[in-house]
Amino acid sequence: MPVEIDIARVAHLARIALTPEELETYSAQLLDILEHAERVQALPTEGVEPTSHPLAMVNGFRPDEIGPCLDPESFLSQAPDTEDSRFRVPRIL
Amino acid sequence: MSDLADLTITEAGKRLRSGDITSVDLLDAVTRRASVTESHLHAFLTLDGEGARASAERADADLAKGTDHGPLHGIPVALKDNMCTIGVETTASSKILKGWKPPYDGTAVARLKAAGAVITGKTNLDEFAMGSSTENSAFGETRNPWSTDHVPGGSSGGSAAAAAVGSAFGSFGSDTGGSVRQPAALCGVVGMKPTYGLVSRYGLIAFASSLDQIGPFSRSVEDSVALLGATAGWDRYDATSIKGPVPNFGGSLTTGVQGLKIGIVKELMGEGIDPQVLAATIAVADKLTDAGAHVVEISMPSTEYALSAYYLIAPAECSANLARFDGVRFGHRSTVEGTTEDMMAHSRAEGFGPEVVRRILLGTYALSAGYYDAFYGQAQKVRTLVRNDFTSAYAQVDVLISPTSPTTAFRIGERAVDPIAMYYSDVCTIPSNLSGDPAISVPIGLDDEGLPIGFQIMAPALGEEVMYQVAAAVERLVEFDQRPALATSEVAPV
Amino acid sequence: MTAWEAVIGLETHVELSTKSKMFCSCPTDFGDEPNTACCPVCLALPGALPVPNEEAIAGIVKIGLALECDINESSLFYRKNYFYPDLPKNYQISQYTFPVCEHGTLDVDVNGEPTVVGITRVHMEEDTGKSSHIGDGGGRIHDARHTLLDFNRAGVPLVEVVTEPDIRSAEQARAYAAELQRIVLSLGVSDARLEAGSMRFDANVSVRPVGETKLGTRTETKNVNSLRSLQRAISFEIDRQIQVLEDGGSIVQETRHWNEDTGATTSMRVKEESEDYRYFQDPDLLPLEVTAAWQDEIRSTITALPAERRVAIIEQGVDRETAVILVDSDELSGLFAAALGDGVPARTVALWLTGDVVAYLRRNEVELSSTGLTSEHLAVLGRMVDSGDLSSSAAKEVLIAVLDGDGGPGEIADDRDLLQVSDTGAIEEAVDAVLADNADALERIRSGDMKPFGFLVGQVMRHMGGKADPSVVRSVLEEKTTDSR
Ligand SMILES: [Mg+2]
Ligand SMILES: [Zn+2]
Repeated sequence: MPVEIDIARVAHLARIALTPEELETYSAQLLDILEHAERVQALPTEGVEPTSHPLAMVNGFRPDEIGPCLDPESFLSQAPDTEDSRFRVPRIL
Repeated sequence: MSDLADLTITEAGKRLRSGDITSVDLLDAVTRRASVTESHLHAFLTLDGEGARASAERADADLAKGTDHGPLHGIPVALKDNMCTIGVETTASSKILKGWKPPYDGTAVARLKAAGAVITGKTNLDEFAMGSSTENSAFGETRNPWSTDHVPGGSSGGSAAAAAVGSAFGSFGSDTGGSVRQPAALCGVVGMKPTYGLVSRYGLIAFASSLDQIGPFSRSVEDSVALLGATAGWDRYDATSIKGPVPNFGGSLTTGVQGLKIGIVKELMGEGIDPQVLAATIAVADKLTDAGAHVVEISMPSTEYALSAYYLIAPAECSANLARFDGVRFGHRSTVEGTTEDMMAHSRAEGFGPEVVRRILLGTYALSAGYYDAFYGQAQKVRTLVRNDFTSAYAQVDVLISPTSPTTAFRIGERAVDPIAMYYSDVCTIPSNLSGDPAISVPIGLDDEGLPIGFQIMAPALGEEVMYQVAAAVERLVEFDQRPALATSEVAPV
Repeated sequence: MTAWEAVIGLETHVELSTKSKMFCSCPTDFGDEPNTACCPVCLALPGALPVPNEEAIAGIVKIGLALECDINESSLFYRKNYFYPDLPKNYQISQYTFPVCEHGTLDVDVNGEPTVVGITRVHMEEDTGKSSHIGDGGGRIHDARHTLLDFNRAGVPLVEVVTEPDIRSAEQARAYAAELQRIVLSLGVSDARLEAGSMRFDANVSVRPVGETKLGTRTETKNVNSLRSLQRAISFEIDRQIQVLEDGGSIVQETRHWNEDTGATTSMRVKEESEDYRYFQDPDLLPLEVTAAWQDEIRSTITALPAERRVAIIEQGVDRETAVILVDSDELSGLFAAALGDGVPARTVALWLTGDVVAYLRRNEVELSSTGLTSEHLAVLGRMVDSGDLSSSAAKEVLIAVLDGDGGPGEIADDRDLLQVSDTGAIEEAVDAVLADNADALERIRSGDMKPFGFLVGQVMRHMGGKADPSVVRSVLEEKTTDSR
């Protein structure tokens, strides 16, 4: 398939603020890489199940038990901005 | 050898237990070595002198009381800086995490501590383990101990260089597409990637979750077994870790290869592989034949598509894994005015380096509506074909062999401008990540520039024992005992 | 004038009341102190990994089974990617293709009119953290200066129940929501408190002309935190959409916010971008396998569902409305069930419980458990009415006294001299005496004029001091006025 990239939309979805020049550079590089990646489309894969996990295991549950929590100070002290033991972010709208 | 820093872990352990030396002596030796080599190599981002000394002293005290935590007791080791260490800065070589001190230890780290290992510091890597040269570090590149004009490989270049030069007795990296094995090859040390799920990923800063595995670097195969042994086994904090007893990895180290069936991967022995690497690989294959193994050629046709599939799967997973770096709870926050969304987008733009941005964009695109099936979906099917190739190969042979890296170490800057050329560095290592199987790189010699050549041995899932069996045989057959000049001569710090 | 039809689908989020969170061992039951129930996993610190809570999976399977869903033996966790500060990983672990449960139904009844609401899917996911918007707008996001985040709730197991667009009125929507709440409560998997947000409804509403088969453009209404406001919000939204269309406008596909105070929905999303969640299977999690054997094990823990229990009660002669109230209260239905037995009038006891007892509790602001009313009391009282020892009005008096803690029914009735006389001998004497005094009345009756009969009954009752069982009086009187001619 011909590759098309709306790079500004991709950058927005990924929440990375890029300048127009950067967008252009990345767009060109992505096209290059995708041209190679397109090789995967050459392989016939009719009836082939996708693999998303290398080993055939299931569930991997934990029992419903309470374990220790972190001391809030141990992570709040690492945060860019906090207020009243909560993480503070700028306005949302 | 006169310097303690050049001992293997096995040798150092024997002398510790004989009371001849202490853990503090071993720590002093690697610290001295680092003080000479670091200015040339920049293998470490953080050296935790105080913490290391405290644990070396504790190891000595324990041993004096008769408490022995096993093969790593009192042994100084280094960790890739994408492994979370409580209270010790962990950056993944990214500006976005500069200064971050995790409030917890990853499982592998906790197990190493419990095994009495002395953690000396955190080593350099390509940012978020994305790269094959350790040039993509926000804090400056690491150099190859054999030639400082060359890259050490990557992404675990710092750990490879530290093990090679003796600023650690062993070290740990993470291998997503070859990030332990390829730098091990380029630095002339042993590096292995365990079966997916054998070592817990809890506390390893994720790059591509279905591919990442923590693995050790060492100067001998026997040491590799000890390092892996301390970290392996089911972990309640990693749903993808394998339940059940841990295999006896080192059970056949001295068995030899008599009667073993070994497949040499046809698709990894041709175009694109450096002639000297090819020749060295064939020479080792011949030695294995001489030692009684049946070496046959095995064709794995989907191998040539593995790289392309990898460069869709890994970025897709990373695009989600790295979404948490948003300037809200930890790490860099932009000072640009605006909404939370603006803050996030600018924090990420300022905090991530270009390779990371490239892969996040690539992965975001590959997952986005309208392109999923063509790219990500198809790549996952190719992954199935790669696994099928391995399955049918292992129906015929016990292990597979190939070069680890298509070339020896390349020059710094040489591939930095060409992402695709850089990606090709992992062509031999990626298939085992896609299949989830174990693989190891063993040094087998130097090229005519004096740069190390690595030899890869791949085995089926949980086939670490036979993998190590062949690796130990290769180690004995090639008798590779050269060391980088930096390790053996007193080079003045610059 | 066009006739309009509303098409409604509901998405319900139910927080499960497991001990620990969905993917980490932090407690789901936390206090008011922010960020005290957090760990690397639910804060999405670098390196942390999710490990699924087995009990939560059992919980969603329970809900699925109760909604008569197909349970997928193999299902998958996906990452739903979107950036929002209350979502620590900036993706939510959820399900996409292959949810745990699909294709179920829920029967609801509005004023005796039954409707089957199709359940599209029931899937497992995790809750977000809590945002507090700080500014002059009293917590409103629109004029907030900044926002504070507490991740105590982040990672609490969340089950999402999605219906087909089968609902046609606000009343039906409310009935569906109420029944779903009853089911979840009876399964014991959630406290399902709407006002506390442990059960939350989003309503997808559209309208179309009656007869039209294509769906109209829908809106999604959020922020309803009671059954009543769900009904009001949907009613409002239906009326609003009809108004817009009748005025020649068109409906914008958007998320709308229900405002309880103004009784109106308002547009919530300032900028509307098409969502692209980039769903992909979460590589940190393995496929979920819910084997047939495990399903059976879970099924065996499900006691009768509210609908079944209502039917059983209705079969005892109790009306539907009373049965609904009984089943909605474990305490009342527990007492009711325990009181039933030989000679206990089910309908009478049910009416006492749902009427007099509930009113008493409300009036006195007390809990049933603190009154000392037992099923034994109810059974005794019921039998006394059944046997005619107590009139129904006297029974109510006794019931209140029992609730007041004055003693057992027999004792109270005795003390207060409320027992009816049904001893035929005493009544016969009284009848004889009254007939002797009222010969003319007797004469008229015997000649076929039944008018004085009621008068004679009254006389006998008075003679007995009001404690005779009137039906016994009647039959004795009848006998004597017809027999001895
Ligand atoms: Mg949801
Ligand atoms: Zn937690």
